[in-house]
Amino acid sequence: MNGGDEVAAAPAGPPQSLDWKFSQVFGERTAGEEVQEVDIISAIEFDKTGDHLATGDRGGRVVLFERTDTKDHGVPRRDLERMEYPIGRHPEFRYKTEFQSHEPEFDYLKSLEIEEKINKIRWCQTANGALFLLSTNDKTIKFWKVQEKKVKKISDMNLDPSKAVGNGSIASSSTPKLCLANGGSPDRSYNYLGNDFSFPPGGLPSLRLPVVTSQETNLVARCRRVYAHAHDYHINSVSNNSDGETFISADDLRINLWNLEISNQSFNIVDVKPANMEDLTEVITSAEFHPTHCNTLAYSSSKGSIRVIDLRQSALCDSHAKLFEEPEAPGSRSFFTEIIASISDIKFARDGRYILSRDYMTLKLWDINMDSGPVATFQVHEYLRPKLCDLYENDSIFDKFECCLSGDGLRVATGSYSNLFRVFGCAPGSTEATTLEASKNPMRQVQTPSRPSRSLSSITRVVRRGAENPGVDANGNAFDFTTKLLHLAWHPTENSIACAAANSLYMYYA
Amino acid sequence: MAMIDEPLYPIAVLIDELKNEDIQLRLNSIRRLSTIARALGEERTRKELIPFLSENNDDDDEVLLAMAEELGVFIPYVGGVQCANVLLPPLETLCTVEETCVREKAVESLCRIGAQMMEQDLVESFIPLVKRLAAGEWFTARVSSCGLFRIAYPSAPEALKTELRAIYSQLCQDDMPMVRRSAATNLGNFAATIEAPHLKVDIMSMFDDLTQDDQDSVRLLAVEGCAALGKLLEPQDCAAHILPVIVNFSQDKSWRVRYMVANQLYEVCEAVGPEPTRLDLVPAYVCLLRDNEAEVRIAAAGKVTKFCRILNPELAIQHILPCVKELSTDSSQHVRSALASVIMGMAPVLGKDATIEQLLPIFLSLLKDEFPDVRLNIISKLDQVNQVIGIDLLSQSLLPAIVELAEDRHWRVRLAIIEYIPLLASQLGVGFFDDKLGALCMQWLKDKVYSIRDAAANNVKRLAEEFGPDWAMQHIVPQVLDMINNPHYLHRMTILHSISLLAPVMGSDITCSKLLPVVINASKDRVPNMKFNVAKVLQSLIPIVDQSVVEKKIRPCLVELSEDPDVDVRFFASQALESSNQVMMS
Repeated sequence: MNGGDEVAAAPAGPPQSLDWKFSQVFGERTAGEEVQEVDIISAIEFDKTGDHLATGDRGGRVVLFERTDTKDHGVPRRDLERMEYPIGRHPEFRYKTEFQSHEPEFDYLKSLEIEEKINKIRWCQTANGALFLLSTNDKTIKFWKVQEKKVKKISDMNLDPSKAVGNGSIASSSTPKLCLANGGSPDRSYNYLGNDFSFPPGGLPSLRLPVVTSQETNLVARCRRVYAHAHDYHINSVSNNSDGETFISADDLRINLWNLEISNQSFNIVDVKPANMEDLTEVITSAEFHPTHCNTLAYSSSKGSIRVIDLRQSALCDSHAKLFEEPEAPGSRSFFTEIIASISDIKFARDGRYILSRDYMTLKLWDINMDSGPVATFQVHEYLRPKLCDLYENDSIFDKFECCLSGDGLRVATGSYSNLFRVFGCAPGSTEATTLEASKNPMRQVQTPSRPSRSLSSITRVVRRGAENPGVDANGNAFDFTTKLLHLAWHPTENSIACAAANSLYMYYA
Repeated sequence: MAMIDEPLYPIAVLIDELKNEDIQLRLNSIRRLSTIARALGEERTRKELIPFLSENNDDDDEVLLAMAEELGVFIPYVGGVQCANVLLPPLETLCTVEETCVREKAVESLCRIGAQMMEQDLVESFIPLVKRLAAGEWFTARVSSCGLFRIAYPSAPEALKTELRAIYSQLCQDDMPMVRRSAATNLGNFAATIEAPHLKVDIMSMFDDLTQDDQDSVRLLAVEGCAALGKLLEPQDCAAHILPVIVNFSQDKSWRVRYMVANQLYEVCEAVGPEPTRLDLVPAYVCLLRDNEAEVRIAAAGKVTKFCRILNPELAIQHILPCVKELSTDSSQHVRSALASVIMGMAPVLGKDATIEQLLPIFLSLLKDEFPDVRLNIISKLDQVNQVIGIDLLSQSLLPAIVELAEDRHWRVRLAIIEYIPLLASQLGVGFFDDKLGALCMQWLKDKVYSIRDAAANNVKRLAEEFGPDWAMQHIVPQVLDMINNPHYLHRMTILHSISLLAPVMGSDITCSKLLPVVINASKDRVPNMKFNVAKVLQSLIPIVDQSVVEKKIRPCLVELSEDPDVDVRFFASQALESSNQVMMS
C-alpha cells in the first residue's frame, strides 16, 4: 500500500474526499538556503476559535499569526461560510508578532544544559482582547500575555526638560534618564513634602497633569508567570483544563497539576517512577485533558497504551480509570515491536468521545467507551516496515510524530517522512486516505520523484534530498529520513491544516 | 511651563512621574496619589486627575494594582461622600483587566466606596455600574460584578432588587467557569443582604444550581459557601435545605469536594443545631473519617476535636472514637500526624475515665509512631492532657519518645523537641526532669549543628527560669561550666553564649562567683574568636555585676584584650571598654 494509490482511488464513503489546495507558506526557503537549526519549528497550535495560530521553534521563539479573512465579520460570517461550503474563501493568516519565550540555560546543580527549544504551546482563555498562552521547553513552562499597547507621547509636563537642564536644582526628575541615574533624589523630595508643606484649600493652580497622546499601538508580549523546578525529566506536554484555572504538565515519569495563577507550587497527580530505576519499563510520552470534563485526562506511554484517569478518584492518580491497549498479534513479535508501539502523541476529539493516538507506523482512533481495541487503525507509512532496521540504525525510529483531528471529528491527519503528511477519513464507510507534500503543490504525486516541472525551491530540495539520502522504496517512491514532518495542526472549525517542514510553515485548505 | 515655584518642585516631579518610563517611579507617584490630589485641590482632582487615571488603564499590572488600592481611600480628596461617584469610572475599568489581583483589589475598593456612598448615588451610579459589569463582553467584568452585589442590593428599590437577583442568577449559570466560581464565592455575602423570603427561594435555587455544576471547582466553592449560607437561615430551614446538600456532597465522587466537606462540616453542625447533627452529620463525618482518600482523612482528622466538642461525650465515644482508633494506625503518616496534633484536645471533652480507658492507648501508640512529626505533635500538646489525667500515666512512654526524638538524625526534629523541653519540664516537674532529661540538655550543647547548640543554650536559660537559680546552680551550671574545657572551640563558644544567657537569670552573686571567673579564664583562649566573644560577653555582664567587680575584674581583662595581636579582638574589647566607661559615667 502506498500513498499514491489511495489518492487515485475514487472516494467511496459518504463524506467526500477533500481536495486539498495550497494556501500559504511562511518562512519558505529560497534556493540553496541552509536551514538554521534554531529556525526549525517544534510546535504548532491553533487557538480555540481558530483565529490565531502559534508556532514555537528550536531557538525558543514563539511566532503568532492571526486570521485575516474573518477579522471584521466575526463569528456569523464564519457560520455562513460553512453553510455555503464549498466557497472560495478559506482561512488566511498573517504574521502578527513574535517573542523570545525561552533562552538556553544551564542547570548548575545537575550540570545539564537546558535547551531553549519550545516543546509545546497551548492557548489559554482570551480576555479583553489580550492573548494568553503557555509555552514550555524541557524544564520550564511560561505563561505569556500578548497585548496591544498604545505608544504614548507625553507632553505638557510641569518641568520642561529642556529648560530644566539649565536650571540645576530641578534637573533631576522630569527626564527619565537623569532620574534613573539619580534615584535618590525623588525620595528626598517626598519626605520634604510630607513634613513641611501644607496645600492651600483650592489647590495649586500652576500644577498640571501630563497630557498623553497616543495614536498607534504595538503588540507587547509579557511573561506573566514562570512555572519552574517541578520536573526532573523532560516535559513533553502541557494541557489546559476546561475549568480555565488549572493545567497539567507531563514529563517522562510524572504529571503535575498547576493553577495558572500560582507558579510556586504544583501537585503531582501521576508518578510512574519505579522505586528502582532499573525496573523502569515504560515512560509517559504525552498527556492531555479532556476537552470538557474537568476531571478526566489521558496519557500515553512508550508501551503503546493510553490511560484515562479520573482526578476525582484520588489525589495521586497512579491507578488509571481506563486502559486502552491493543492486544499484541500473536507471532508477529520482533525486535522492533515495542519500539514502534510507543505512542508519540494523543489528542482528544473535540467532543471528547474519541482519542487519536500516533505510534510509529499507525494512527489509531479509540472510542473512550470501548477499551478492547481501537475503532480504526490507519497505516501511515507501511512501506517503511521492511526498512525498520535502517530506521533504527539512524535513530529515525524514535522520531515523535504528532497527530490531529478535524474540528468535526471526521478526519485525522499526521506527518511522515519526505515532508509528506497524510489525511484519513474516519467516518464510518470512509476510505479517504490522502497523501500530501508540504510544498506549494501538495497533491503532486509522490511516485514520480523527479518530475521535470517544479518550482525552483523544490528542485533544490530534491537535489538536497538526492545528495543526502537517496532512498527509494519498492514502488519507486523516494523517501527521505531527514525531511520529516513532525508537527501539524488542524484548524478547529474549518478544513485547514498547518504543518511544519523544517523552518517553513505550510498551510492548506480544502 | 517650568514656571514652578521652588516649594512645588517635588510635587511637580511627582505628577510628571505618573507617566515616567520607569515603572518604579510610576509606582512611587501612584502611591503618593493623595499628595497629588491635595496639591491639585478637590475640584481639579475630580475634573482632571480622575479622568486622567481612568485613561491610564493599560499600564503595567503593578501600577494598576496600586491605583486600585489608592482609589479605595480617595473619597476625602475628591470632595467627600457627595462626590464619591466620580471615583467609580476608573475603578470600573480596573474591574475588567485580565490580572486577577488587580480586579480583586478594584472590587474591594469599590465596595469600600459604595459602603460610604449615599443611597441616591448608589441607585444612580453604583447599581448601573454593577449591571454594566455583569453584562460585560469579557468574563473578567462579569467575574468582578459578582463581588459588588452585596453593596448594590440593600439600597436598591424593589423592582431593581428583583432585577439584581435575576442577574445574579444568570451569573450563576454563566458559560465561563470563572464567572460561576466567582458567583459561588460571593453567594454567601450577597445572600447576607437579601430578605428572608427571597433567601429561601431565589438564593437557594442559585445554590442548587451551583451544587450541581459540571465543574468540580465550582462545586467546591459551593461547599465552601454552605456554612455561611446555613448561618443565615433559620435552623429548621438550614436542616431542610443545606443539610441534604452537604450530606450529598460528603459522598461526592470527587475527593476534593469531600475534602471541602470535611473542612466545613463542623461549621454546618453549628448552623443546624444538635439534633440534625446527631442524626445526619455524625454518620457523614464518620464516612469522611474512613474515606478512601488520605487527603480527606487528613482534613477530617484535623477537625476531630472540634467536632467532638459540639457532640455530647457519649456520642463521641460511641461514634467518633472507634474511627480515631483506626486513624491512629492509618497507613498515611500525614493522617496520623493531623490526628496527633488535635487528639490531645479530646481529653477534656471526654473526661478522665474515658481518656484513661480509650484515649491513653492511642496516645501511647502515637508516641511510638515511626514518624517523628506524629510524636512531636503529641508532645507539643502535652499540657492539655495533663490537666485531665495527670502526666504520670504517660511519663513511662514519654521518656523513650523524647530520647529518640532528641537523637533523631534530622536536626530539624531535634530542634523541634528542644523547643518543647521547657514545656515538658513544667509539665513533668523537677524530679522527673532531673532523672531523665538533664543529660539530654547537656548533650545538645555539644551537637554538631549550630542551630541545635544555639537552641540548647536558650533551653538552658529557660530551664533556669522555670526552676529557679538554686536548682540551676545544682543541676545545670556546673555541667555547663565543665564544658568550657571542650577541645572544640565551637563548643566552647556555645558555653560562652550559654553563660551570657544564664547570667541575667542567675543574678549578680552567682554571676560574680561562678560565671565571671570562667569567662575571664576564657580570655586566655588560643582562638581569637573565643577571645572576642569573651569581650562581647564581658560587655553584656557589665550591667549585671557590681561596679567594683567591673573595676577589679572585667576592665583589666578587657584592657588586656584590647592589646591583643588580633584586630577583631581589639575591636570588640575596646567596644566593651567604651560601654563600661559609659556605665561608669552614668
